[in-house]
Amino acid sequence: MTNQSTNSTGQVHHLRRMTIIWVVLSVVGDVLFSIFVAPHVPPGRLSETAANNQNTFNVLMEMAIPVLLGVWVYLSYSLIVWGDKRNASAAFSGAAARTNKTAQVSWIVITSVTILFLAAYGSFAVITEHGSGGGEGPNPAWAPAGALKAETAALVGKATWSPGSKNVLPVQVIGQQWKFTYRYPTFGGFESPQLIVPADTTIAFNVTSLDVIHSFWAYQLDVKADANPGVNDVAFTETKNPGNFIVRCSELCGIWHGSMYNSGKVESQADFENWATTTEAANAANTALLPAFAWTYTPDANGADGGYYNDTNDPYSTVETYGSKQPS
Amino acid sequence: MTISEERSTEVTGAASGHPHKARGLSWTQRPGIFSQNIITAAVVAILGYVLGHWFGNYLSSGYDYIQNSGQNNIANTLALAFGVVGWLLGIGALNYPFAKLFGVDGLEEESPVDNWTKYFRYSLDHKVVGLQYVVGVLLFLFTGGLLAMAVRAELLNPTTHLFSPDTYIKIVSEHGTIMMMMMTSVIVGPLGNYFVPLMIGARRMAFPRIEALSFWIFTAGFMVIFSALPYGGFPTGWTGYAPLQTQAGPGMVSYLLGFAVIGVGMILAGFNQAVTIINYRAPGMTWSRVPIFVWSILATAALLTLATPVLFAGGLFGLLDKTVQTAFYVTEHGGSSYLWENLFWFFGHPEVYIMALPGFGIAAEILPVFTRRPLFAYKVAAAGMIGVALLSFFVWQHHLFQSGINPDMRPLFMLTTELISIPTGFIFLVGMGTLYRAKIRLEIPMLFVLALFFNFLIGGVTGVFLSDVPVNVTVHGGFFVLSHFHYTIMGGLLFAFMAGLYFWLPKMTGKMMNKKIGKIHFWMMFVFFNLTFFPMFIIGLLGQPRRVFSYATNLQGLNDFSSVSAFLLGLSFLVFFYNLIWSMWIKPEIAPANPWESMGLEWQTASPIPPYNFERIPVIMTDPYRYSEDGAPAFADLGNGGPSDSSTHSMA
Repeated sequence: MTNQSTNSTGQVHHLRRMTIIWVVLSVVGDVLFSIFVAPHVPPGRLSETAANNQNTFNVLMEMAIPVLLGVWVYLSYSLIVWGDKRNASAAFSGAAARTNKTAQVSWIVITSVTILFLAAYGSFAVITEHGSGGGEGPNPAWAPAGALKAETAALVGKATWSPGSKNVLPVQVIGQQWKFTYRYPTFGGFESPQLIVPADTTIAFNVTSLDVIHSFWAYQLDVKADANPGVNDVAFTETKNPGNFIVRCSELCGIWHGSMYNSGKVESQADFENWATTTEAANAANTALLPAFAWTYTPDANGADGGYYNDTNDPYSTVETYGSKQPS
Repeated sequence: MTISEERSTEVTGAASGHPHKARGLSWTQRPGIFSQNIITAAVVAILGYVLGHWFGNYLSSGYDYIQNSGQNNIANTLALAFGVVGWLLGIGALNYPFAKLFGVDGLEEESPVDNWTKYFRYSLDHKVVGLQYVVGVLLFLFTGGLLAMAVRAELLNPTTHLFSPDTYIKIVSEHGTIMMMMMTSVIVGPLGNYFVPLMIGARRMAFPRIEALSFWIFTAGFMVIFSALPYGGFPTGWTGYAPLQTQAGPGMVSYLLGFAVIGVGMILAGFNQAVTIINYRAPGMTWSRVPIFVWSILATAALLTLATPVLFAGGLFGLLDKTVQTAFYVTEHGGSSYLWENLFWFFGHPEVYIMALPGFGIAAEILPVFTRRPLFAYKVAAAGMIGVALLSFFVWQHHLFQSGINPDMRPLFMLTTELISIPTGFIFLVGMGTLYRAKIRLEIPMLFVLALFFNFLIGGVTGVFLSDVPVNVTVHGGFFVLSHFHYTIMGGLLFAFMAGLYFWLPKMTGKMMNKKIGKIHFWMMFVFFNLTFFPMFIIGLLGQPRRVFSYATNLQGLNDFSSVSAFLLGLSFLVFFYNLIWSMWIKPEIAPANPWESMGLEWQTASPIPPYNFERIPVIMTDPYRYSEDGAPAFADLGNGGPSDSSTHSMA
């Protein structure tokens, strides 16, 4: 083994050997990954957001595989070749063993370039993909075209959506211990325990909470936004084909956090409109009792503070209920 | 004579014996149980607890947390706070300040009897405190580990539950908090206190009383956080997010106060380490000759001192909310839940590096010994540690990517978070460079160090995934994150701690750890650690959120695999404890003075280590880690027979 690939001074070209092993393994690893794993990386491609994020994940993975293999090949090689018992020559020592300018500078340059590329790539993705499905807070910086207009219209009950209209559909997600409910401002602001959204549509999820912090995670759509009391956290996604998805709470919200989940559906545009108009009509009596549609609601009496604070000291409302008037 | 030399030689007068021995017995210095020890501490702590509880009820009777619930947070808070003060009073931590305050003599803390009982007392000897910390940390770790076993047992089945949701969330929260608190001190406490003075050629820590105080505060903090369980636990996880925090029962007080108490101990420990390292280095130990482990402790000390006060303030706000109805964290009363998130993570992220840097230090310290060659790129290693420490203050918002704050700040925090992997990557440059053309001795400490590189690589690479906002959307708040930080903290720091224990216990106790059992321990821990946590990356990607008791039924296979591996991982710790008991008490094997043939200063002094470490202050002659170099001078001149310039270093 030590007789192969030696240079004129009899020194084995360790680095050259390692590089060859590394390159071969990395190519094989990356090819295997992209054929067998990449297309199946969760959470799939139900929405444009999910598809984009899957692509980003796969790019990072294609870069991570050579990094992991680089270190593993080096460690394995070292242990095999430079083990105490096998290695007849003395350990490398002296000034040359302590520093090596070429190695150090190239290490720093390579890692820095990789990191800067990753940061630029990630920033580009998050900006062009409208926040990549993450919660952007009350003032989304990277909203899709028409989203802000639809949001403004929704608040005053003037947003419209119909099959083929290409309008952005605002949907409100209300988290409370321990369930999610959904309000549809485009359809009279009715509230439903079911989340149904139309296919081929940009959805603006407006996530808020009535008590503690929850996190709305529509898994297959790849949307995740924290539900904070008193805050409207907006996240965007673009649905593609009809399909089912799971909604889970991904921020610890108390003892029943583990069972705070339900399922949602992407339906064809016609089916969605049918469901929405039917439900709007069926729920009309209930909707009249609900507070007017708003981005946030004052928590109810069993909400965030569990009755700890004296309600009469509350600067905003005298009766702390979901049905109370909004702070002006 | 340099400043550090002058300071180090101050105590030479007492080097041969006990500093207080000469003054005779005072009223506190009776032998046995009559002097102050852990028992008196417990008694006074209980008295303090009762007094605090009474006082709190006296101040605010009828002021229940929830009407007619009989839960009074003021009484609970004061009870625990008085209990902590009682603990410190009982152990003797306040004797010296009181003695100085009232001009009384003979209130010294230390026992005149120099036997095993000193380990149960307030001791000013850094070697005693170091060993106290070892035991304290292992107890802490064991408690947290048992809770982890309970968590994994619950997750064996997605629908059949072992615990009620209430109990389960308490267990999860207690596990996380105990582990996070313990990990802040796991290396700085035991190995930092014990070996930093030895490695820099000092006779003691800069502030021995503060050093002892930090240990006894650490133990008090442990008891405070554990008191959450009898109080009914807390449901918030270790992150303690408000408003869930505001809503939680009295166990939350234990969490907030526990973090505040531990925080004080962390600040004191960090401050003491920093002062010691800066001022107490032996003559000749310039900054480029400081052992790399000491560099890592210095960087950690800076983080402990600067980051922990933020946690302390955050905990204090929370306590005020819970006791006197302020509303720092209550949105509908003018506060903000984001305030806690930001305060917590502004501390929390540097804390993550408090848990990484000492591990890097141990890895880089141990590598040259078992590769028999110099540490590669020493300066890069030191710079990397300082760089990590600095950058760690600018990354905290990556924990809040999906929380709805400042969307346009996300590219910035993505950049800073990814930048930190550059200095973190230096440890791989150093490690891999040091393996190059080495003569690797696969002793147990070396195995743990190699495992650290394996584990931390996975932890670090997945960290880059998490810092990428688009990928973060998928993996935030799920098992992917959970696996990531177990890979960095457990796979990194805990493996380093084990490496450190196997490496240094022979010097600390004079007995070797059994190699055969050690190998079984290592392989079990390494294999089952990976088998436990690697599937969790996949579980997380498949959509399982953290801290849940029920999950999708199709994930049961992976969860069961992880759980069974976790039980075997737990078993590996029993193997470790068995090895510890076997090697220390049942069949002790006397350790040679320098079993690993290390050039480190801590191995050069006599064995067992004399009371003040060195007969005279050593003089550092050259750079560290000059292994296998013909004609290299010895690292230090200890003045015991070798060539010396004894004129300036006389013994008293």
